[in-house]
Amino acid sequence: MSVLTVVYAILFYAATALLLVGLGYRIYLFWKTPAPLKIPTTPAPTTRAGVVYRLGREVVFFESLFRSTKWTWLFGWIFHFGLLLVLLRHLRYFTDPVWTWVSLIQPFGKYAAFAMVAGLLGLWARRLFVDRVRYISAPSDHLILALLVAIGGSGIMMSFVTRTDIITVKEFFRGLMTFSWGSIPTLPADFFLLVHLLLVAALMAIFPYSKLLHGAGVFFSPTRNQVDNPRERRHLAPWAAQLENNGK
Amino acid sequence: MAKADFEVPELKEYPEIPSITPGVMAHSRPFIAKPEHQEPLHFPGELVDNWQEKAIAKMGELQGKYRSLQVYLDSCVKCGACTDKCHYFLGTKDPKNMPVARQDLYRKVYRRYFTFAGKYFPKLVGAVDLTKEVLDDWYSYFHQCSQCRRCSVFCPYGIDTAEISMAAREVMDSIGVGQKYCNEIIGKVFRIGNNLGLPEPALADTLEGLEEDVEDETGVKVRYPLDEEGAEVLLITPSADFFAEPHVDGLIGYGKVFHQAGISWTLSSAASEAANFGMFIGSYENMRRVSLRIREAALDLGVKRIVFGECGHAWRVAYSFLNTLAGPFDFLDPRYPVPQHICEVTHDLIQRGALTLDKSANDDMVLTYHDSCNVARASRMGNKPGGQFSIPRDIIKASCNHFVDMAPDTIHDSTFCCGGGGGLLTDDLMEIRVKGAMPRMQALKQVVEENGVTHMAAICAICKSQFTKVLPYYGFSMDKIVSVHQLVSNAIVLGDKE
Ligand code: HEM
Ligand code: SF4
Ligand code: SF4
Repeated sequence: MSVLTVVYAILFYAATALLLVGLGYRIYLFWKTPAPLKIPTTPAPTTRAGVVYRLGREVVFFESLFRSTKWTWLFGWIFHFGLLLVLLRHLRYFTDPVWTWVSLIQPFGKYAAFAMVAGLLGLWARRLFVDRVRYISAPSDHLILALLVAIGGSGIMMSFVTRTDIITVKEFFRGLMTFSWGSIPTLPADFFLLVHLLLVAALMAIFPYSKLLHGAGVFFSPTRNQVDNPRERRHLAPWAAQLENNGK
Repeated sequence: MAKADFEVPELKEYPEIPSITPGVMAHSRPFIAKPEHQEPLHFPGELVDNWQEKAIAKMGELQGKYRSLQVYLDSCVKCGACTDKCHYFLGTKDPKNMPVARQDLYRKVYRRYFTFAGKYFPKLVGAVDLTKEVLDDWYSYFHQCSQCRRCSVFCPYGIDTAEISMAAREVMDSIGVGQKYCNEIIGKVFRIGNNLGLPEPALADTLEGLEEDVEDETGVKVRYPLDEEGAEVLLITPSADFFAEPHVDGLIGYGKVFHQAGISWTLSSAASEAANFGMFIGSYENMRRVSLRIREAALDLGVKRIVFGECGHAWRVAYSFLNTLAGPFDFLDPRYPVPQHICEVTHDLIQRGALTLDKSANDDMVLTYHDSCNVARASRMGNKPGGQFSIPRDIIKASCNHFVDMAPDTIHDSTFCCGGGGGLLTDDLMEIRVKGAMPRMQALKQVVEENGVTHMAAICAICKSQFTKVLPYYGFSMDKIVSVHQLVSNAIVLGDKE
């Protein structure tokens, strides 16, 4: 095993730990923080099933964004669904044997990378050229886009230009996942592979500590996930109930 | 046209998204509350010594109490979808009036003290210390948000800037930097019973006068009762209804509806105010204290139902929060929702054929309808989502022959705020009020020119007062704004049904 292999192995364990612990903690925090008042943006569903349907439309179609700005919606949707396909395609590197449906999407998954990068570039162009969006952008907003573009770009290079020894890469990750360190092969020292993996580890590590949290936040947003039934049901948060007991 | 010492926005043919002009509204700030306005609300009288520390502690406390705040601070991706949705940005061009930039005033401080990235890499994520300058910016720009929630409709995560504004105002109140207008008014409600400070004798006098006027005009003795024990309905209405135009015409209308339907009702001098400014300052405690008066009045008077008069944010607090803040209302008649909006009551009576309306009484008007933001985006009427749009329109259409809606992206849940909501309805904020009214004025101008609209109906006391003030700045006359129940009042045929 090369030093490089050891460094990358440690890197991925660390990144995974940061991702799981950070995301787990944030979700726990969102979960346990009470929403003391009914604040759904109305018109809102009056049943739980209606809320599931509303959230489903937000997550799958970005419905509110569609109402809001068509260009951002278009680029954003292409990026996210490109990303989703790409991620699903990547399951082939972590499963053995490869699930059938993962094999089936493989041909689309490969080209989804282009859609993903195109979407990102569109979003970045808006961030650079629309004065309002430029005004609200911090350096980190540009960096996250750069990071994702670089991940997509280095991936595309490997898929379509300078192939790497993917079988060995898969054995490396299977070894990490099953904690069978003895059988971990030496990672190929290919430039694009090492860049790709390094950036992916960086993305995993920053996910819970950055705006990428929106992927979890959308499910916890009271304006979207509350049922519109305040007259039928009292909605009392624990701290508000306490106020009531002490106050009167 | 009214005279202004600032530039009144020009009404363009089509809506335009302006280029940003930083800092143009930084000077706009309301009068600061004096100690005597702060103390009845349990806030410190003036800026406390260790204000920075106190403010940061308060921010932490609020994050733990409000999921909305925590999730919204963490989830914004700066996609920019909300940037052109706020009437205050469209009317002022100041980029800090873009909803996300307004949130960022708070988020930057949140990041600095509560997140890893902001603690160790503040420049990278745009985190800043809570300095006096930042506090000044907060005071300016969190009082240029009417908490109308238009931004939350268009944000992919439903991020509601109103929640952030409320939190910011609560933080400022907790360190002694309150807004005079809101806090003085809440104090009056505690002391006297309503926002305007009208004591019981003045109310009784006014209502007696109304009874005489209505009898003179119609020959029918319609009653406007106060503090009558055993009435079926307790009506809670904004105090502007007692004397201001066009509000009072609405109150006259409610009385006629109850009269015609044979429903006994009463006002309460103890709870003679529907408005609850506790919401504007984000104070659960004060909002609850204001709400409890209504519960007490209902118990004291032994009524069976609670009905709210025409008001916007009051209806939000009533519909969405009252049951939580002051419930349960198990002592009232379970056949009716608690509370009901007067429009729900009137609509129901019209549906059942209990009212006779002569539409031709309003033939001198061509009407349009302004959806008030708190009714449209923060509450409901009737039992179906969207009833808050159809019910008032149904009432208007049942009362008059000529009705036209404004442009689709300015009504229903896309409605533009009147510019005076959220605790901004005060003379010291006239500039932002006039500028913020621009998008609504533009939509109005379009139907005036294309459809000959003569009047705009509304069901919110703040909207009515705001429009009365700002219409003249845009070359319209102030009596263009009417109450929905004013139309009912004109059209209703009193006396026995034939
Ligand atoms: C439930 C899952 C998710 C949903 C519903 C969601 C939704 C959205 C929406 C609606 C936007 C705003 C529009 C746009 O700029 O594209 C957005 C932005 C963004 N999302 Fe997601 N997302 C999800 C997961 C993810 C994940 C897993 C990543 C990446 C690892 C990601 C990365 C981004 C980035 C970088 C932006 C900002 C784009 C910009 O700078 O303009 N999202 N997301
Ligand atoms: S629309 Fe929502 S996510 Fe996008 S910038 Fe505005 S607040 Fe942030
Ligand atoms: S709540 Fe209304 S006033 Fe406040 S930022 Fe959003 S759109 Fe503007």
